[in-house]
Amino acid sequence: MTARPNTDMSLKQWTAVCPLDDIVPNSGVCALIGDGQVAVFRVSDDRVYALSNYDPFSNANVLSRGIVGDIKGELVVASPVYKQHFILATGQCIEDEAMKVASFSVRINNNIVEVEA
Amino acid sequence: MKTQKIVVIGNGMVGQRFLEQLTSRLSSDAIDVTVFCEEPRAAYDRVQLSSFFAGKSAMDLSVVPERFFQDKAITLRLNDPVISIDRAKKTVRSARYSEVHYDKLVLATGSYPFVPPIPGHDRRGCYVYRSIEDLEVIRAAAKKSRIGTVVGGGLLGLEAAKALKDLGLETHIVEFAPRLMAVQLDEAGGKLLQRKIEALGVTVHTAKSTREIVNGEAHAHRMVFADGSALDTDIIVYSAGIRPHDALARTTKLAVGERGGINIDGYCRTSDPDIYAVGECALWNGRIFGLVAPGYQMAEIAARHVAGDDSIRFGGADMSTKLKLMGIDVASLGDALDKTPGALNYLYTDPVQGIYKKLAVSADGKQLLGAILVGDATEYNDLLQMMLNAIPLPEHPEDLILPAREGGAKGLGVDMLPAAALICSCNSVTKGGICDAVVAGCTTIGALKKETKAGSTCGGCVPMVKQILDAELRKQGVEVKNHLCEHFPHSRQELFHLTRIGGLKTFDDILSKHGQGRGCDICKPAVASILASCWNEYVLKPKHAPLQDTNDRFLANMQKDGSYSIVPRVPGGEITPEKLIVLGAVAKKYQLYTKITGGQRIDLFGARVEQLPLIWRELVDAGFESGHAYGKALRTVKSCVGSTWCRYGVQDSVGMAINLENRYRGLRSPHKLKMGVSGCTRECAEAQGKDVGIIATEKGWNLYVCGNGGIKPRHADLLATGIDDATLVQYIDRFLMFYIRTGDRLQRTSTWLDNLEGGIDYVKKVVCEDSLDIAFELEADMQKLVDTYECEWKKAINDPESLKRFRHFVNSDAPDSNVVFVAERGQIRPARADEKDVEEDALV
Repeated sequence: MTARPNTDMSLKQWTAVCPLDDIVPNSGVCALIGDGQVAVFRVSDDRVYALSNYDPFSNANVLSRGIVGDIKGELVVASPVYKQHFILATGQCIEDEAMKVASFSVRINNNIVEVEA
Repeated sequence: MKTQKIVVIGNGMVGQRFLEQLTSRLSSDAIDVTVFCEEPRAAYDRVQLSSFFAGKSAMDLSVVPERFFQDKAITLRLNDPVISIDRAKKTVRSARYSEVHYDKLVLATGSYPFVPPIPGHDRRGCYVYRSIEDLEVIRAAAKKSRIGTVVGGGLLGLEAAKALKDLGLETHIVEFAPRLMAVQLDEAGGKLLQRKIEALGVTVHTAKSTREIVNGEAHAHRMVFADGSALDTDIIVYSAGIRPHDALARTTKLAVGERGGINIDGYCRTSDPDIYAVGECALWNGRIFGLVAPGYQMAEIAARHVAGDDSIRFGGADMSTKLKLMGIDVASLGDALDKTPGALNYLYTDPVQGIYKKLAVSADGKQLLGAILVGDATEYNDLLQMMLNAIPLPEHPEDLILPAREGGAKGLGVDMLPAAALICSCNSVTKGGICDAVVAGCTTIGALKKETKAGSTCGGCVPMVKQILDAELRKQGVEVKNHLCEHFPHSRQELFHLTRIGGLKTFDDILSKHGQGRGCDICKPAVASILASCWNEYVLKPKHAPLQDTNDRFLANMQKDGSYSIVPRVPGGEITPEKLIVLGAVAKKYQLYTKITGGQRIDLFGARVEQLPLIWRELVDAGFESGHAYGKALRTVKSCVGSTWCRYGVQDSVGMAINLENRYRGLRSPHKLKMGVSGCTRECAEAQGKDVGIIATEKGWNLYVCGNGGIKPRHADLLATGIDDATLVQYIDRFLMFYIRTGDRLQRTSTWLDNLEGGIDYVKKVVCEDSLDIAFELEADMQKLVDTYECEWKKAINDPESLKRFRHFVNSDAPDSNVVFVAERGQIRPARADEKDVEEDALV
């Protein structure tokens, strides 16, 4: 599957994605890492999160275009297609326990966003 | 079960109600129904007949649900009166139909207008006021007349007078009794009503007995009265009461009353147990019931009985009425004329405001017997409930009709009413029925109306239904709140007000002042819309961009595969060949799928996010603007071709549609907005299915509002008639801004109106009469939005910051490999999963 990021533990490495300023606070962008698509979100206080960009409900690569917010204190992104919420920290879907998207480690290094994938 | 053959004679309001009640109880396999109707159209709202002259069409007055007769497999014979009934053979014969057999026959023949048998009563130019056909004849005659006279000063007579007045005639009312509405009002009430009606320019002649009608001098007729006086007039309309239509019953030897009316028992059966009679033709206990509500009761009881349910019997009906006659509130309840021995009166008059109120109470002062209200009938519902449910009078009964004193609560709390209290008499809905529906999940007025029909006919009980709804919700522990989401303890309307008055310009400001947390996908787009409606700043400014739903974020409509569609604005649906060629060339170049939209535009599908600015660069260069198909905003103003080309058009609908679309383009609102302009009453632009619909007439524009297609179609309501261009724009400015201020999140104008207390009359007051004194402000706010309009796409393609967002990957120029198209009917379409796997396997 071209759309899925590489989740093979043995191959994990940190990849520089973009300067932090390229992500408007409280929104996301999509990064191409290998063949995979990772949605990287910046929350207002410069915390960053990374999930798979693939929305399992619509089968489209769109999660990076969702609205970022919080539900009962938990940071989430809402799918722009059918509006399910995914927890930024874990990828868990709030509406459907059985649904979870892959999540990735992410850090800010010298103002550059890096993803471990 | 054997199929029962049922024949119904008459398709008026009551006959129609019988059919609805019957078909809701028995399936079309169990019954075979034939309906004969002597009028050329199916049931319509006779109560609202005079609104026919105020701009409503025959269609507007219809009370038949769409496709009712087809769906219920009922044979409807219009224009076909029944001429005889053979009770022995159980058949009826109509003017144009052979014999039809019946197992059960229902007479819903209604009544006919009483014409006093005075010499000259049947001269040319003398009419009755009963059917749409009567009105059409009167309308034609009025064109050649200056003076019109109504004979009869009762309920119907006053309605007829309103109709003549609306037709522009100098109007007179001639009444035999010493006062108007002699059956319902006392001397003081009748005189006040007369004064108020005369103030509107109608001349009232009471205590006049017409001796004969002869040739007039300057006018066609001269009415000569018993006291020697005379009145010259061009047309005469009789509206002096009704008589039951019982001729068929008489010839077939059913028992009838001495003064007319078909005798019925508690199940509405006539003297022949297989024949029923309902409505104004029926006589129960020596009484005719000339109102629609008791007719509806009879219809239900008869339908139940035919279906084998004998649990309910007709036991008479309350004849209390409340109505608005030429804008004057008049109500009469129970024993208004003190016929009960020992009745005592409380009176209140305000000669300056023109208000008269009277209570009739029992000799012991404990029970309300009746009341009269003229000029202000606010207390009608409370008094009616108090009377019908025998609720003891308060210590000071006068407080019930006196203006509220400071701090003193007035009226009757709905909690005092028993469950059996009849709230909606038009549709026989009790307080218990409403409470049950609330418990079952109806939590809005709109849902209650749909579920119970309460408040859906005359609407008079809606304020009381709302009180019961709120009380019941409170009782259930449901806090009656409409908070936007967990981040804002406010409704959209409140938040709009706080934003506008507080001059708040960003989501963060609003959140820190009035909310909590970080926001979510509910409140962020809602606030973005409020900010756009208030200040009209560019939606892709960095502080606004993350608030936008993805469609607004990328100024295009996201499709199921993550690709986008593009809809350039085509104002009024008018487009030059050059521009059409540009759209074709662009679609070809970027291999887009093209489809004509319902709003007379062209949708280009299959654009990847990174292609959007490239495509728009070409469109903007060719003179196109954003069509806002992605926004909760004005979409299109659809138009027919209008008087410029069409043989029937009476005004330039295309020109008006273009003006309106250019005025309101980009306007953001609680939900999307659609408009339509038709150049004549043929309504080719389907304007009555739009949020704002405009129909041209020879006298100017008719303005309709709050129509809808889609999941729940709703016919628009008439807001104003015969207005000129400037007034039209003024009213639309006010209407749209009022909706934008008060609508809920994602609430279309149709549901907004259905849930608005006071309904269309309230909107009329606000928009056309400026009852809230905000018209100027609404217009000024709209003008500000019009003046600050910018094409969002023109702005975006010239703004490097915005352009940076239009790429799929932040770190690569590659496209999304998951967006795959295949060919179908000569164009592209998104590949299905099975079609994609082939592609993906090839790439892996």
